[in-house]
Amino acid sequence: MKSLQQRHDFGIAPVILFLSIAILVIVVAVPVLLILFNAFWVDGTFNLADVVKVISEPDTYQALINSLIISTGTTIGSTIVGTFFAWLVTRTDIPYKGFMKAMFLVPFMLPSFIGAMAWKMLLSPRAGFINRFFMRELGFDGPIFNIYSYAGIILVEIMYLFPFVFIQVCGALERMDPTLEESARISGAGLFTITRKITIPLVLPSILSGALLIMLYSMAHFGTVAVLGIENGIFNIPTLIYQRIHQSAGSFASIRTGTVLATVLVITAAFILWLQGKILTHGHYQIIAGKSFRPMELKLRALKAPLFIFCVAYIAFTIVLPTVVIFLVGGLKTYGLPFTWENLSLNNYKFILFDYKLTRDAIWNSVTLGFSAAIITMFAGVMISYVIVKMKVRGKGILEFLGMLPFSVPGSVIALGVILAWSGKYGVNLYNTVWIILVAYIARYMAFSLRANSAALEQVHDSLMEAARVCGASMWQTLKDIVLPLVRPGMIAAFFLIFLPSLRELTVSIMLYSPTTRTIGVAIYTLNEDGETVMSAALAGIALILIVVGQTLINRFTARKGAK
Amino acid sequence: MEEIIKIEGIVKNYGKHNVHGGLDLAVQKGECFTLLGPSGCGKTVLLRLIAGFEQPDAGRISIGDTVVTDPAGGVNFSPDSRGIGMVFQDYAVWPHMTVFDNVTYPLKLAGVAKDEMTKRGMETIAMVGMEGLDKRLPSELSGGQQQRVALARALIAKPSLMLLDEPLTNLDANLREEMRFEIKELQRKLDITVLYVTHDQEVALAISDRIAIMDDKGKIRQIGSPWDIFESPADPFVFSFMGIANFLPVKRSGGDYLVGDGKQVINWKKPSNDSSDWVAGFRPSDVEITHGGEGLRGTIKRASFLGATMDYLVDIDGTHLRTSVETHVALAKDLMFKDEESCVISFRNLLWFDAESLKGIEQQVEGRGAQA
Amino acid sequence: MSHVRLVNVTKKFGDVTAVNNLNLEIGKGECFSMLGPSGCGKTTTLRMVAGFEDLSEGEVYVGDRLISSPAKNYYLPPEKRDFGMVFQAFAVWPHLSVYENVAFPLRIRKLPATEIDKRTKDALASTNLLSAAKDSPENLSGGGKQRVALARALAINPDVMLLDEPLSSLDPHLREEMRFEIKDLQRQYGFSILYVTHDQAEAMALSDRILVMKLGVVQQIDTPLNVYNKPANKFVFSFIGLSNFLELVWGVNGAPTLKSEDGTPSSVPADILPSDAVCGAQGASFSIASRPYEIDFVAPDSGGLKGVVSRKSFLGEIIDYQIKVGGQELRVQKGRRAPGPEVGETCALRLLRPFFYQ
Repeated sequence: MKSLQQRHDFGIAPVILFLSIAILVIVVAVPVLLILFNAFWVDGTFNLADVVKVISEPDTYQALINSLIISTGTTIGSTIVGTFFAWLVTRTDIPYKGFMKAMFLVPFMLPSFIGAMAWKMLLSPRAGFINRFFMRELGFDGPIFNIYSYAGIILVEIMYLFPFVFIQVCGALERMDPTLEESARISGAGLFTITRKITIPLVLPSILSGALLIMLYSMAHFGTVAVLGIENGIFNIPTLIYQRIHQSAGSFASIRTGTVLATVLVITAAFILWLQGKILTHGHYQIIAGKSFRPMELKLRALKAPLFIFCVAYIAFTIVLPTVVIFLVGGLKTYGLPFTWENLSLNNYKFILFDYKLTRDAIWNSVTLGFSAAIITMFAGVMISYVIVKMKVRGKGILEFLGMLPFSVPGSVIALGVILAWSGKYGVNLYNTVWIILVAYIARYMAFSLRANSAALEQVHDSLMEAARVCGASMWQTLKDIVLPLVRPGMIAAFFLIFLPSLRELTVSIMLYSPTTRTIGVAIYTLNEDGETVMSAALAGIALILIVVGQTLINRFTARKGAK
Repeated sequence: MEEIIKIEGIVKNYGKHNVHGGLDLAVQKGECFTLLGPSGCGKTVLLRLIAGFEQPDAGRISIGDTVVTDPAGGVNFSPDSRGIGMVFQDYAVWPHMTVFDNVTYPLKLAGVAKDEMTKRGMETIAMVGMEGLDKRLPSELSGGQQQRVALARALIAKPSLMLLDEPLTNLDANLREEMRFEIKELQRKLDITVLYVTHDQEVALAISDRIAIMDDKGKIRQIGSPWDIFESPADPFVFSFMGIANFLPVKRSGGDYLVGDGKQVINWKKPSNDSSDWVAGFRPSDVEITHGGEGLRGTIKRASFLGATMDYLVDIDGTHLRTSVETHVALAKDLMFKDEESCVISFRNLLWFDAESLKGIEQQVEGRGAQA
Repeated sequence: MSHVRLVNVTKKFGDVTAVNNLNLEIGKGECFSMLGPSGCGKTTTLRMVAGFEDLSEGEVYVGDRLISSPAKNYYLPPEKRDFGMVFQAFAVWPHLSVYENVAFPLRIRKLPATEIDKRTKDALASTNLLSAAKDSPENLSGGGKQRVALARALAINPDVMLLDEPLSSLDPHLREEMRFEIKDLQRQYGFSILYVTHDQAEAMALSDRILVMKLGVVQQIDTPLNVYNKPANKFVFSFIGLSNFLELVWGVNGAPTLKSEDGTPSSVPADILPSDAVCGAQGASFSIASRPYEIDFVAPDSGGLKGVVSRKSFLGEIIDYQIKVGGQELRVQKGRRAPGPEVGETCALRLLRPFFYQ
């Protein structure tokens, strides 16, 4: 037998680990730590009393309460709506299920601040189309509904957030072993009893986990409250942070208020995620089917037609109507004119696409920022995920902890942290440049990349890599020939998961933009604030088209992958 | 005989859990050697230590005349420098490469010229019976075909040593049987050494030149040919692991050996020493069941018709044993017993075990005994 | 007296006929098994009896009561049929305790609280679950979960118990134990069992009668021993144990001749044919079926079937031979101590219990 030549595995593991930790520390950990530091340290000493003082200021206190009211209302409403629709399309004989399921997922794609703008156009107390219609044509004394209210904000958020629960519950109901329900039936229970006593309790963990996601999202949500609340003096945490930072141009007091509020957000988010993790690991029942038959369908009988009409009306009213309004208003010569043919044209669209420097810059900025952020985050994410999922190396625990951070840091917190870190105080000044937005995007979307890439890497079983090693491949050759080709779908998914949302990003960019670094979201928002309603609507329309086309392409791509 | 793998004093711990505590083993060149043991006994860990995927805490491993692992001497060959072929339980064929690309990957790494690579690739693919499928992707193959690809990939670089880690476990019963013959054929034809890891005693018996039986503590209980292991088990663990086992407690009383707490005498040659507590071990086929004549008197506790066999649970003075009779024999010889019928048991073969040696495996014995 | 009765039952899924004109009568207190490969229609039949599938044609009765008839547009929903049923995946509810799982059917029937408690405890006692009553079924083993499912099905003391592969998810040791427990419960409670399985040994051990099914068509209905002793056709023969088939044709003067691919027919001695073999026209095909453990090696000069050993493996209790006979292969299994030929040697075989199938 020929004698063997020794080869070593060189120490590339520590290098990758170090790089991964460095990226997460610089991009995510430092900004968050700076926020905590600024919140709790005054003149170099730890000062809790001051934090309490900031929180008990009437404005701050009110914003905290508002965030709580809005997110609680939104969570309860979305959970009811989402669970009800999920049950309807998976467990009843309601017609056109596939179509309805697809339609209920559409709000996922639509940016809720654009939706809020549409609802403002429809239901603002004096100028809203619906209110005006009722007052002028039907002789009502006042508006039938004021969208500038808690109820208005909550309703609009429900419309855009209920899919979180809908998706989770649909998934659980579809995967659930039908014999769990059949055995209740053979025990003598009718279908309504089964739904109440068996089905709903079994999917309760999924419902709760979706509800907590909504809670988290709504607490930290900027757009809807910014569009609908500020008018009436309703601020929540992110909008108050924005307002303070924006108006007082970085004064010490406003930064402190901001950091204290951001700290509250981070702690709440971490708590919600911890709770969700607990529900998912401990409360989850093993209810997934082995072999399966179609689950039983509840025959709705007399309720079938009314429920069907209700669903269609819901879709028409919450999804179609606002979208149509955006496009129509975007076509108007001047806001306030009636929708007649002579008032409508494509001129606004042409203008903002080709002639208007502000919107052209915004589109260019968003596309380049989104693209760069997606590319960078995709590669960083695959490296970090590789360490977390595949490598056995000392010090991995730190990375696993750091890897959790991006999930629990809301957008407005990241924006504030980035301002603190990159405004020249620590040697690098990126403020008012496009770079600061890029850094913030990377931090904000790192979670998406980590999730997609870890999922892809977990599919690559260790033995696939070990097989390459015994074939004679070195560690680098194994990475190049086996691992990278196999996680490519995960990387592509990560790219789109970052690129598309970044096209409509508002929360982060609104706090970081300068006159030359507006993004699409910022442009839509500021145009709207400045009363350029038609231009704002036209740009929103363009954004919707970009997003829907992009999403359709990804769905095609992932569907083809799935079929393979 | 030349030793191709030599393992000396291997110690391996996972945290506080000790998997191997000073294990020695040698595999001869050209043989098919099987590590057989229950799941979790550390046999796969041993294989991975040999492949270089895991490092021992102490001990030495040599392949051929090269020491490839020796933590004390700072020797640690990376897996790609050990010159071995390996086949995994989950096939581990690369889903993004065609059959041909999978099989020829080792040659590509070795920088073999393209013509040569094509020639050898096609030969090896043909050798495992996959002609005409070289352009397929693994997703278009059955489990058995994927395992053939894995086999071809491990063989193509002509390694002198092949490690097989439960390669047949994920296949269905028919295919498993088919493949074990093919692996044996290839091993003979190519004259390579195979180290095979499995928990399936039937595969081990069918395929091996020698078998090492490991217990759940990672200790090797016996090494020998399949026939030796089956016919002359070193201890009750080996005996019960290799097939359905009955253990009857027996007490010495004077010169007689009595079953259980009863008075019936076992009519068999005496054990080797004078201990008073014994266990008689035998397989269902070592027992003859009749209506009368010489032997132990018992009653049928449970008669089950299982198609090919009649399965009986027999009570002898409060202790139970199992035996079965092929249905056609039972029909021909009037041995179709019913529940509660009395019967007579005599032995064709019987092994004496010290009652002490049986402690601790009783649980497992019952479990395996029923897996007929 | 027949208890469950299926009359001309047919079930179609689109163009596929899953069950074709099935007639069946199950006696009171009988254990009746439906046996067949997956997709043979056995589970569909069970689900039609349970009421989870509609019939395409035919009628189902329990006693004198009609429970399903598409012609009469009558269909009693499953919750009104008062059956007990146990599913392969256990289907115990993880959000309810063991006790509440078992009490569920009684609560649905709004029985008085004391009655519910008594019957639940009885059912738990019969299945050895009393000590686990307060536990969550998630903490039980597979066997424990299946006991909960059995107790739940027993609670209402049903006349008919439907069992859908109830033991397939258990490990072999437990499977055997549970088999006897089901049998004991049946003795204790006196229900009829309709049992679906693909495991022939399980069906043989449990049943009073067995139905063997293939592609929705009944192949044989008989007692276990009769199914083993006289399989109705090749399919039944091959489904209930290891099997060999020699394919032959009738040659000149009714001489049985082995089929071969290269066209050189080799004749075989006529004494391998079973006594019930019926000579057919020259060129007509037939098969001889045998079981590997029902073949003996005999002295070469004493006639028998000639073959060459192509493979021999020691499997512990048995030695497994593969023998080439003409162009065909036979498998023979003998006890490990029985003498036998080596690989490459010629041998002569006698089939102990050959079956003749046209």
